[in-house]
Amino acid sequence: MRIIKFLLIKEFKQIFRNRAILAVIMVMPVMQLIILPLAANYEIKNINLAVVDNDRSDYSRDLINKVIASGYFKLRSYNDSYKQAFTQVEEDNADLILEIPRGFEQDLMRENQQQLFIGVNAINGTKAGLGAGYIADIIRDYNSNLRIKNNPQGTFNAIPVIEIASSNWYNPHLNYRLYMVPGILAILVTLVGGFLSALNIVKEKEAGTIEQINVSPVKKYHFILGKLIPFWILGNVIFTLGLLVGWLFYSIIPLGNLWVLYAFVSVYLLAILGFGLLISTICETQQQAMLIMFFFVMIIVLMGGLFTPIDSMPDWAKKVSKFNPISYFIDVMRMVIIKGSGFRDISKHILVIIGFAIALNFAAILNYRKTS
Amino acid sequence: MKQFLTFVRKEFLHVLRDKKTLFILFGMPIVQILIFGFALTNEVKNSQIVVVDYAKDMASQEIITKIEASRYFEITKSLAGSKELEAAFRTGKIKMAIVFPEGFNNQLLHQNKAQIQVIADASDPNNATTLTNYVSSIIGDYQAQLNENSPVPYQIKPEVKMLYNPQLKGAPNFVPGVMALVLMLVCVMMTAISIVKEKETGTMEILLVSPFKPIMVILSKAVPYLLLSMVNVVSILLLSVFVLDLPIAGNIFLLFAESTLFIITCLTLGIFISVKTDSQQTAMLISLLGMLLPTLLFSGFMFPIENMPIALQWFSNIVPSKWYYIIVKGIMIKGLGFSYVWKETLILFGITVFLLIISLKSFKIRL
Repeated sequence: MRIIKFLLIKEFKQIFRNRAILAVIMVMPVMQLIILPLAANYEIKNINLAVVDNDRSDYSRDLINKVIASGYFKLRSYNDSYKQAFTQVEEDNADLILEIPRGFEQDLMRENQQQLFIGVNAINGTKAGLGAGYIADIIRDYNSNLRIKNNPQGTFNAIPVIEIASSNWYNPHLNYRLYMVPGILAILVTLVGGFLSALNIVKEKEAGTIEQINVSPVKKYHFILGKLIPFWILGNVIFTLGLLVGWLFYSIIPLGNLWVLYAFVSVYLLAILGFGLLISTICETQQQAMLIMFFFVMIIVLMGGLFTPIDSMPDWAKKVSKFNPISYFIDVMRMVIIKGSGFRDISKHILVIIGFAIALNFAAILNYRKTS
Repeated sequence: MKQFLTFVRKEFLHVLRDKKTLFILFGMPIVQILIFGFALTNEVKNSQIVVVDYAKDMASQEIITKIEASRYFEITKSLAGSKELEAAFRTGKIKMAIVFPEGFNNQLLHQNKAQIQVIADASDPNNATTLTNYVSSIIGDYQAQLNENSPVPYQIKPEVKMLYNPQLKGAPNFVPGVMALVLMLVCVMMTAISIVKEKETGTMEILLVSPFKPIMVILSKAVPYLLLSMVNVVSILLLSVFVLDLPIAGNIFLLFAESTLFIITCLTLGIFISVKTDSQQTAMLISLLGMLLPTLLFSGFMFPIENMPIALQWFSNIVPSKWYYIIVKGIMIKGLGFSYVWKETLILFGITVFLLIISLKSFKIRL
């Protein structure tokens, strides 16, 4: 116990004496948590629209006004031909082309049917899908208004109608930040914890100071614990800062119990730090450690369900994400903060993470050799 | 010149002898392309939902069968009452609940009007919106079936064409994104660290007192990463053409020229970071925390830039990967020529020159 105490004093001194790093550790996550949720916004609005109105009738003008009034589209240009509008897409000035054919109004009255042409820049599939959906919705709406206008006595009431009463629980205003902030905080905590621990032992190796420890009576697990505890505390501090930022800047107050959150984070930090230390024992240089850590972080962050839903992944990827600690963390953050889940709801998550923590730290202790 | 080549050779040996690093440097782009290509999709499907059916009549059963048949939904169970709903949502698995009221079919037949309640877990707002839309369109279909015999007057049919990417695949969007990300990472981080490393271990001093010009010492560090990155560009392009079936629509030489420019931009950024920092850890934290997430976010391949607040939109302009992403998208996917991307090219060039000048200014020969 005394040995660990001395090791801790040493580690803390090292951390606090390197002001630059300390500032980076504290300030960067906070800054990023303030800025990133503003940027990570997937509400699709402001779709740039290029219009080709070959009809120039009252109807076509009505339709265009309706599209713009919806708030999803921004009218960028009127074009004389589809070709001209397409150039706008090529130059990234337009995302969506709406072409109204010549004789739209007349033919609609005469033939009871008309076609509109819509071209969507589909390089970004999500945006294209939502954009096409919105405009189809607006056209449908316009269409039914038109019908009522031209057919006032109405034969439609005889048709049975199913109304859909939809409600959005937990986030009635569909605030995207409420969804992103907990997830981003999870990633930042993982990044800081993982990288600091991965670099730490390697640094001693590179500087040669590890030799001094190897010849001392410090046991393997003393050494690993001495590295683990300071970063565990730092991780908790950063997590707390992150919750404060969420509260101050985005007024996000966890609906669930804070103790549930902290209990999970404590275990999670052990797991991720253990992973970092394991990498640290494998590598010889900081550059190596950083790169290997980066390699894994990249994979677990991308597959963790922050940006894209895990449910939509193919089966093999879903199985892989079962071994991804960050996906549990992001899940728990969202469940507790947004939905107010309690211990019982996340008990499975905690058990899995405890498993990770034990396995990874054991591996780190076993892998650390005092002999070279 | 001979001196320079000798130095480049030394740097190459540094890089090539570190097998673990090398493995990751070449493995990373491949793994990323595969993950993005096969695992990640923004499409919403297989969402788990529950049904509360108080009606248990023909209409409700038919709708449930229709929902079950769509690939968007997986009905995990039917709950007896709405009391259990809250608990089901809180354990996290359930994304949506659909509630049919008692006597649903009767109301529909006799009053010509019936209501279905749809409750979405909006902790993920986009998911909630998309799922609600799916349910609406399924129910709309069912309704159209009921009304098959009454014709609809004045019908406007929109004909939608998805340009460049008719199947709405993810690849056209992320291949350019991954290229930007990987190059940024390899060039900025690796150069920054390999230079600072010499400072930290003290070998920089030896290099600086050699008859070789100090600035050449720095430049020779960048050459191996330039070549490594070129290899990565080639392997990403090969993968995207042969594994992801994403052909290169534009001129491949132009694409390579632009990539080289971007690599040089990143290398100068790495040099700039290394000039400003003294320890590997700081260099790493800056290039990683400062570069990774911003590159992901501000190049515009994950989140649309036009949705961001004005200040951030403005900020995205100084992120080099944004311009590179636009260029690659233009050449590779849209098949455009140089006349369409000269502006972006000029901006990248400007950023490079600017970084080079300030790094040269602040480069200290003495330690």
